[in-house]
Amino acid sequence: MAIFLNADSKVIVQGMTGSEGKKHTQLMLTSGTNIVGGVTPGKGGQKVEFDSGVSVPVFGSVAEAIEATGANVTVVFVPAKFTKAAVIEAIDAKIPLAVVITEGVAVKDSAEFWTYALQAGTTRIIGPNCPGVISPGASNAGIIPADIAGPGRIGLVSKSGTLTYQMMYELRDIGFSTAVGIGGDPVIGTTHIDCLEAFENDPDTDAIVMIGEIGGDAEERAAAYIKDHVTKPVVGYVAGFTAPEGKTMGHAGAIVSGSSGTAAAKKEALEAAGVKVGKTPSATASLMREIMKNLG
Amino acid sequence: MDLFEYQARDMFEAHGVPVLAGAVAETVEEARAAAETIGALSGGVVVVKAQVKVGGRGKAGGVKVAKSVDEAADAASQILGMDIKGHTVHKVMIAAGAQIAEEYYFSILLDRANRSYLAMASKEGGVEIEVLAVERPEALARIPVDPIVGIDAAKAKEIVDAANFDEDVKGQIAEAMQKLWTVYRDEDATLVEVNPLVKTTDGRIVALDGKVTLDDNAGFRHPGHEALEDKASADPLEAAAKAKDLNYVRLDGAVGIIGNGAGLVMSTLDVVAYAGEEFGTEGNHPSPANFLDIGGGASAQVMIDGLHIILNDQNVKSVLVNVFGGITACDHVANGIVGALKVLGDEATKPLVVRLDGNKVEEGRRILAEFGHPLVTVEETMDGAARKAAELASAANKN
Repeated sequence: MAIFLNADSKVIVQGMTGSEGKKHTQLMLTSGTNIVGGVTPGKGGQKVEFDSGVSVPVFGSVAEAIEATGANVTVVFVPAKFTKAAVIEAIDAKIPLAVVITEGVAVKDSAEFWTYALQAGTTRIIGPNCPGVISPGASNAGIIPADIAGPGRIGLVSKSGTLTYQMMYELRDIGFSTAVGIGGDPVIGTTHIDCLEAFENDPDTDAIVMIGEIGGDAEERAAAYIKDHVTKPVVGYVAGFTAPEGKTMGHAGAIVSGSSGTAAAKKEALEAAGVKVGKTPSATASLMREIMKNLG
Repeated sequence: MDLFEYQARDMFEAHGVPVLAGAVAETVEEARAAAETIGALSGGVVVVKAQVKVGGRGKAGGVKVAKSVDEAADAASQILGMDIKGHTVHKVMIAAGAQIAEEYYFSILLDRANRSYLAMASKEGGVEIEVLAVERPEALARIPVDPIVGIDAAKAKEIVDAANFDEDVKGQIAEAMQKLWTVYRDEDATLVEVNPLVKTTDGRIVALDGKVTLDDNAGFRHPGHEALEDKASADPLEAAAKAKDLNYVRLDGAVGIIGNGAGLVMSTLDVVAYAGEEFGTEGNHPSPANFLDIGGGASAQVMIDGLHIILNDQNVKSVLVNVFGGITACDHVANGIVGALKVLGDEATKPLVVRLDGNKVEEGRRILAEFGHPLVTVEETMDGAARKAAELASAANKN
């Protein structure tokens, strides 16, 4: 069944008529995703043509799109300054899953739409500033290239987009149930722990790769969760061992402040929870390959 | 972006937070003039405070009380140019003197774990709050703040009660907290800290120091924030990169690094540092010279801009380009490398190691093979490329 996203998912794209939205809608369609509509305020009733004669209807609001198509996933590509309004609209329409790809969203906006979603209790948010989620061979909500790896029994959760691709590439011979890029911003909707819990409960996942990076203490909290709740084998990787204190490394959340947020502390916490941690992406992949071999 | 104290003071004042008179000075003459104006408001006593974005300036001698204009000028001449934990003091703030009865602590910050905000308050301010939090956690009240509701009158009352402030100041502190919340919300801050928040001997509550961190992603709502940037002390290469919208951080090694995606670039830095351990001598192993993320969907021009920044770094002996094409197309990256080398011509002397995978990898590798530049080596794996780049940096160092 994979997690969060499967072959039955009906996906809409907020911002489909923009250049990024259109480009990635095409890629999602090509990888077999069931895209049932786009949403752009003021453009309801139009259609957007894609390759192979596929024509996708545009709706003026998320609520109208759900009403007409039964959509249960939205992928958000709208520019950062409009992202909060778009996500709040999706929450108001009670869509079960909102995948927010947009980068550069203000922390205040993320904190507000996350709080709003928490209070509503009907929408899971992934992101912002994330590559999305892919259940290879079934559905793809976001920008993860579908041709890197096929379906298999590894679950992957990562803060980083390109490290997600790198790890999927390293383990493409085994394949993935679902890969989730949760994003590297200070405030994100779905956490490592949410994904670990879902993978633990997913009968199609045998083992889990967890990729973290410097900043915050999400990896430490994930380690504590693994210790108490995860029975499946977990392999970890943490980026940023050589990052200096006080410099933000690209992701707004990737900063070592004082003694906290270091890669060494995260590795130690994960190892104490029984997680094998690789020193490099390739070493991490080798650890996972070994585990999958032993699982038969 | 972290603000200087004087910038935080101005911002507090604009939002109605009680502060003392203060002015910034970059020279002794300016300090003298400011001391005259401000001293006149505070019985002749002023405080001269080093403006640095690092803690512990008091212990380092960066804060001096002056009882006359001459004393203030003296203090400014001592403090300007001083080095505090690696930060050179370019500015001082001349602040009105205050008669302090009590020192408190208050902050509002982003609580990443709970994806919410947190207010912290203590009757025991003026000390290092990290130390207080560890040694006497019961003395530091921590109250969650709903991002949508913020600190209204009810929340402010909850905080002052939890911190157990004295009854005579609770009302004033609660009011100051609500004003500080408007700074946090309306300026898109991720940290507003007042340490100390003081009660003066005549019973007034005043924010005596201020630390504010602004969210760089919220710049679109605050055109005025750009003027607050400390462009003078930025590294020239970092400033050049910023002007090109490149995500660049300068480090001190010899291997220049360009990649796509923050996580992959951070990982590349690590892999290069590990590979570097095999080369050079103890204490002189090749290590990363920078972090440079060209982001998703980079064009050839972005790649050219990035290479220019890195090749202008005198410390760089070799360059590693590590790209996993997701949205980014490897042919664009390859064209960027070719373009940069063509522009540089004979000035290109540093070896480039390139590892490409993913989107349009075949086209990318073909473009580089056809270009056939003697300085460019293409490697198949990230590990192999890191090793090669470290080896080349080490070899260049020996020459």
